[in-house]
Amino acid sequence: MLAFLGLVMVFTSCNDSGKKSSGALASNNAEKVYVAPGEQDEFYAFMSGGYSGNLTVYGLPSGRMFKEIPVFSQFPTSGYGYSEETKPMLNTSFGFVPWDDSHHPDISQTNGELDGRWIFINGNNTPRIARISLTTFETEEIIEVPNSAGNHSSSFITENTEYVVAGTRFSVPVPQRDMPINEYKGNFKGALSFISVDPEDGRMDLKFQIMMPGFNYDLSHPGRGKSHGWFFFTTYNTEEANSLLEVNASQNDKDFIAAINWKKIEEYVNNGGGTIMPANYAHNVYRDENHTATSTMKKEVLTVDPTKVPGAVYFLPTPKSPHGCDVDPTGNYIIGNGKLSADLTVHSFDKMLAAIEGKKFDGEAYGIPILKFEDVLAGTVKSGGLGPLHTEFDGEGNAYTTFFISSEVVMWKLGTWEVIDRKPTYYSVGHLMIPGGNSRKPFGKYVVAMNKITKDRYLPTGPELEHSAQLYDISGDKMELIYDFPTHGEPHYAAGIPAELIAPKSQKIYKLAENEHPYAVTTPDGAKVVREGREVHVYMSMIRSHFTPDNIEGIKVGDKVYFHITNHEQDFDVPHGFAMIGANNSELLIMPGQTKSLVWEPKQEGVWPFYCTDFCSALHQEMQGYVRVSPANSNIDLSWSLGE
Amino acid sequence: MQTTTKFRLLIGSFLMLMLFVGCKNEAKTEAAQASSTDTSEEVVKQGQAFIEDDGSTPNVLQIAIGSPDHTTLVAAVQAAGLENALVNAGPLMVFAPTNAAFDALPEGTVENLLKPENKDALANILKHHVTAGNYSKDFLKKFKKLGQANDQNTTIEVKGDDVYVGGAKIIASIKAGNGIVHVVDKVILPPTQE
Repeated sequence: MLAFLGLVMVFTSCNDSGKKSSGALASNNAEKVYVAPGEQDEFYAFMSGGYSGNLTVYGLPSGRMFKEIPVFSQFPTSGYGYSEETKPMLNTSFGFVPWDDSHHPDISQTNGELDGRWIFINGNNTPRIARISLTTFETEEIIEVPNSAGNHSSSFITENTEYVVAGTRFSVPVPQRDMPINEYKGNFKGALSFISVDPEDGRMDLKFQIMMPGFNYDLSHPGRGKSHGWFFFTTYNTEEANSLLEVNASQNDKDFIAAINWKKIEEYVNNGGGTIMPANYAHNVYRDENHTATSTMKKEVLTVDPTKVPGAVYFLPTPKSPHGCDVDPTGNYIIGNGKLSADLTVHSFDKMLAAIEGKKFDGEAYGIPILKFEDVLAGTVKSGGLGPLHTEFDGEGNAYTTFFISSEVVMWKLGTWEVIDRKPTYYSVGHLMIPGGNSRKPFGKYVVAMNKITKDRYLPTGPELEHSAQLYDISGDKMELIYDFPTHGEPHYAAGIPAELIAPKSQKIYKLAENEHPYAVTTPDGAKVVREGREVHVYMSMIRSHFTPDNIEGIKVGDKVYFHITNHEQDFDVPHGFAMIGANNSELLIMPGQTKSLVWEPKQEGVWPFYCTDFCSALHQEMQGYVRVSPANSNIDLSWSLGE
Repeated sequence: MQTTTKFRLLIGSFLMLMLFVGCKNEAKTEAAQASSTDTSEEVVKQGQAFIEDDGSTPNVLQIAIGSPDHTTLVAAVQAAGLENALVNAGPLMVFAPTNAAFDALPEGTVENLLKPENKDALANILKHHVTAGNYSKDFLKKFKKLGQANDQNTTIEVKGDDVYVGGAKIIASIKAGNGIVHVVDKVILPPTQE
């Protein structure tokens, strides 16, 4: 029998070699992803960096990476998190936390459509939400989320960007206290945080936290259209196990999707409802005007007990530890992807409202009504796949769901629940993304599958490989795999948007005349060096191809030298770098019109050079300078010069 | 114990098979360079199951392929097109009925299931032998039931030192790169009603 099998396989292989067509990259597909030199991509794709803590920017369909935006992690390339101006961005109640696990980017919306103003992303590990400008492509704001841990059902925005929502994956004691772990059940809480977003400048403010039962809140999405005003969260571990969750959190056949009427809760808190509790969390804001971030510790948070707001929170039973929680463009269908299931559960918003109206309850959990499964169920997608995780939509009535275990994307029809098409991914797909695919108006031309496992897709690079992504053309009746490209870090989700909504307003330079940085020098004759005890402040400017000043004397061992450097270029794409020998932090990469500061603590006497790290000009190699470092007890006066 | 030894011995014959698979992969690469617009049906023998990798611990599929006691199971997995699901990161726990277990089914059952028109029914039965998890026989004693990949539950019973899954006794266990294979003495038929 074994020999027979072997023969079959040999036979199969020889057959294959005789076939004419194979692989995904037939020539017509190459044309579909080819962006000719000088041409630009049709879409931006913003992919989360996962354990890089950052956000990467790609073009679609080319799969070319344009930028890595530092968010929650120090980034020596630009000096983010190392420069004096950006260190406050990484401040938290735990002190300076220079890394996080970035997960779910979501682009701001107006009337449920992408408006391309900002993109939000969550830090999973030390709970934070960041807002990134889509004009400068820089992180402008990070707010820490108190009472939260494993900030995973985040950072999804409501359809007018009223709120960016952050749900805790791990429930914890609230407030935190010393208590036995095995007293988790009934005592821990799951905080769902609604962070308001200022419609003008995007500033975030933690408006209220709903203190839910101690389940795990996995993913979430807002209602849209008719369900605008609601938010839906998948839960697992409704068993409230505190150990060996892979067994103990799979005991219940059904967990819940929590449906939250946030408008009702907003009204409740606006009328004075809720309880203010002491808290401690950082709010870090970066301003372009002075190129500087500040960090403020906030000391209280408004919490809401969901049982005190009747009609605001319900549980929708959903089978098999659901992971993804996705809402279709019409807002009627709420899809729970039971990750240990083969099937997808689709709930109906209309039926949910009717079930609430008709009091079709199946008991309650901690005072929160559980709606009867049959009375909210719209349908079940019998997928035939294994391990469904996430669903996106094309705006043409179709949904696309990833299956981790069976490594495929399955296309199915909303309303009839029939499977239309399925295509393999390479391999073990996690998230997927259609530009605008979680808004009212998807741009259903491409779907990108973000895979967890790469194995043989690219040339091997040792045990560690970049993750693979696959691009499918979904403009036809069926999906067509047209391209395959590596992605940086571990993309957990992505957000795509037509380039025309962002590219025209992308910032080119910062205006030097508007630079409000307190250490900026806006003309070279403003350059100076100032001693304040053991601190020395160097007010330096830079332009092609020199620093002003480039010779500095009178620095002493043990000084703390602050280089405040202003780039005097007012020309697009002419940054300068600054690197100081022996600096214990990083370089700086300074954009035209911008000021950045780096601290250097000289430890040895001598004459030490600095230089520009960005090949800025034909005379880049001449762009350098020296600092003379004298003994701590030296009486050499401070002096500085250029060209003397 | 005897069964385990046999498994180890048979890794060799598994590697032989991999050589053939390798030949097939080369063929695929050549074909990919051919220009054609017909790309729709080329997924059949692609995926993780067909990657050459002699450095990693064999996965659950490779272990089954390497066993002379599981030729029926392997044939069934291939007939159902489930190879790629079994090589996934998982973790996967596969309850692998022996050839004797399949032989004990009513005459004609296996032949019938292997027919192309019964592919879905066969896949359903096979998925009922797969759990997302990786637990030793001893550890399984903590469970009363397991949720299987076909979306139905199966039972765990402990009788003395023995562990029965859906009425089938675990007679050997082999650790795999992506989970574990428990050899069982019966085919575990999915319950007709949950």
